[in-house]
Amino acid sequence: ERVVAHLMLKGSSKLEDVMKKFAQERIAPLVSKMDENSAMDEAVIKDLFDQGLMGIEIDPQYGGTGASFFSSILVIEELAKVDPSVAVLCDIQNTLINTLFVKLGTEAQKECYLPRLSTEMVGSFCLSEAESGSDAFSLKTRAEKHKDYYIINGSKMWISNAEYAGVFLVMANVDPSAGYRGITCFIVDRDTEGLHIGRKENKLGLRASSTCPLNFDNVKVPESNILGKAGQGYKYAIGMLNEGRIGIAAQMVGLAQGCFDQTIPYVQQRVQFGKRIFDFQGMQHQISHVATQLEAARLLTYNAARLKEAGKPFIKEACMAKYFAAEVATLTTSKCIEWMGGVGFTKDYPIEKFYRDCKIGTIYEGTTNIQLTTISKFIDQEYNG
Amino acid sequence: MSARVLVGVKRVIDYAVKIRVKPDNTGVVTDGVKHSMNPFCEIAVEEAVKLKEKKLIKEVVAVSCGPQQAQETIRTALAMGADRGIHVEVSGKDYDNLGPLQVSKILAALAKKEETSLIILGKQAIDDDCNQTGQMTAALLDWPQGTFASEVVLEGDKVKVIREIDGGLETVRLKMPAVITADLRLNTPRYATLPNIMKAKKKKIDVVKPGELGVDLTSHLEVLRVDEPPQRQAGMKVETVEELISRLKEAGRM
Repeated sequence: ERVVAHLMLKGSSKLEDVMKKFAQERIAPLVSKMDENSAMDEAVIKDLFDQGLMGIEIDPQYGGTGASFFSSILVIEELAKVDPSVAVLCDIQNTLINTLFVKLGTEAQKECYLPRLSTEMVGSFCLSEAESGSDAFSLKTRAEKHKDYYIINGSKMWISNAEYAGVFLVMANVDPSAGYRGITCFIVDRDTEGLHIGRKENKLGLRASSTCPLNFDNVKVPESNILGKAGQGYKYAIGMLNEGRIGIAAQMVGLAQGCFDQTIPYVQQRVQFGKRIFDFQGMQHQISHVATQLEAARLLTYNAARLKEAGKPFIKEACMAKYFAAEVATLTTSKCIEWMGGVGFTKDYPIEKFYRDCKIGTIYEGTTNIQLTTISKFIDQEYNG
Repeated sequence: MSARVLVGVKRVIDYAVKIRVKPDNTGVVTDGVKHSMNPFCEIAVEEAVKLKEKKLIKEVVAVSCGPQQAQETIRTALAMGADRGIHVEVSGKDYDNLGPLQVSKILAALAKKEETSLIILGKQAIDDDCNQTGQMTAALLDWPQGTFASEVVLEGDKVKVIREIDGGLETVRLKMPAVITADLRLNTPRYATLPNIMKAKKKKIDVVKPGELGVDLTSHLEVLRVDEPPQRQAGMKVETVEELISRLKEAGRM
C-alpha cells in the first residue's frame, strides 16, 4: 500500500525550521574541526540531549520527547545536512538503542535506562565482530551461564558511539550448539569490569563518529540484564536493523542534500566563458538528474517511514530506501566535487567531506549487497502467488 | 502574582534572504520567500518566558497580526514557551497597509481586554525598521515605556529597565502596567526544543478580527514607490595627497 509522503509533512515544518537553525548555529561551526580531529565535540552531544533529540520516541513519563518515528527521521535528515557524524549518533540512539529498550525492556530496565538515555547517556549497539559482519549470526562472543549471572568473553568491532556510550547492548551467544538461536541481548554498563574499549578507527569519513573495537574479558553481567528473552537476540537484531535502515536512509538523503545545497550557489556564481556555469546545458542536465535522484531517495525514505508508522509491512521498502539513498549520496557528492571544480577538491570547502562521509552508507547497517538480496527475497515471495 | 505579559511577534522576511524589489516598484517580493519571526520579537518572547520561568509572571500571550501564516509565527513563540496565542486576522489590502499605528491600536485594545501588566515588543521590525509600535502603544494606553531595553528587572509593582541610548545606558523605573521594547543585547533567544515543539501543538491560538476589538485599520500613509538602494560606485585610488585634494575639489566636496 503506497503512502503519499510529502503531503503528510504539514505540522512537521516547524520541526525542520528549528532543526535547521539549531544545526547551523550550534553544529556547523564545529564540523571541520571535529572531522580533522576525528572527535565529536562534547558540547554537541550535550546540545542534542538538551534539545530533546536523543529520546525522540521515548515516552515523556521517562523524560523523553514522546514524538513519532517520522520525527526521528526528519531530525536525522536535518542533522545530516550539516554533519552526518552527528546524525548517526542521533540515529543509533533513537532507532536502535531506545527502540530496543522501549520494545523489550522490563519496567525495571526501562526505569533504569530510559530516563538517562533521554537526558544524558549515549548508548551503543554491539553486534559486529572481526569475523562476522554481514554474517552477523556467526558471532563468537560467548556468554556462559552461572547461577544468576553470565560471564561474557569475546570482542566486537566497528562499534559506533563507543567512545561516549554509557551503556552497551551486546549480542552474545549463550548456547553455541544452538547456533543463532543462542544469541542473546545483554545490557552492559560502561564501567563493568573486564569491558575494554579499544582505540578508535582512523576512518575515511564519518570521522567525528567514534568507531571502536570492544573487548570482553570475563565480563560479569547479572541475569536481570538480559534484554528480552535469552536466545531471541537474533530476532531483535534483525527487527531493529530493519527500522534502523530507514534512519540511515534519512542520513544519506540529508548528506546528499546538504552537499547539494552548498554546491548550487557556487555554480550560480562561478562565471566562465562569459556566463554562469549553471547556464551550460551540460551542467543543467547533470544537476537536474541529481536533484531528481535525491527527491526519489527522499520519497522512498519517507514512504518506508510512514509504512512502518502505520504498522504495515515495510522491510522491502526500508531496504530499497537505504540502498537507493546510499547510492544517491555517492552520486551527489561525487558530482558536487566536479561541479565545484578545483575548490571542490580542497579541504577549505565542505564538499570533499561529504564525499568521504557518503561511502559508509553502502556498507554499514547492512551492505548494499545484503539489501539487494533481501529485496529479491521479497520479490520472489510476491511472485509466488 | 497574577501578571500577564503580552508579547507581539511579527512575521517578516527571513534576515538571511536576499531582498528583491518587485518589477512594478510597489514593494518587495514576498511570494515563495522564506519568512520567520522578527529577530527582535524573538528576544521579546525570550524575555517574557524567562520572567515566567522565574515565576515573576503568570502567563505569556503571543500576539501576531496578519493573514493565516501569522499563526506559524505564533507557534514558534509557543514552542519557545509562550502559553497561548492570539491571531488578529488581517489580510489583503488591510494587511498591505498595516503599520505601527494600526498595530498599536490593536495591541492597546488587546491589553485592556486581556488585563495585561506588561507588553514586551521587539524594538523594531527588520522589514520596515519603524521603531514606533512600542512607543505608540504606550501612548495610546497612557502607560510608561522603557524602549531599547538591554536589561529588565521586575521589582514588585514596578519594573526597572536599562536602556541603550546614544550616550550609553539609561536606567528608568516604570510603574506597571508598562510597555518595554527589546534591544539586541537583552538576551539570547533559546532554540525551541523538540519536547516544546510537541507541547506547542496543543496550546491554544484564538483568532479575532480587528473589528471585534473596535479597531479602525484605516491607514493615513500611502507608499508611493519602493526602489533598491543606489548601486555602490567603485572607488578610485590616488597616488599623492595633492591629487586627493584636487579630486575632492573637482567633485565639489571641498
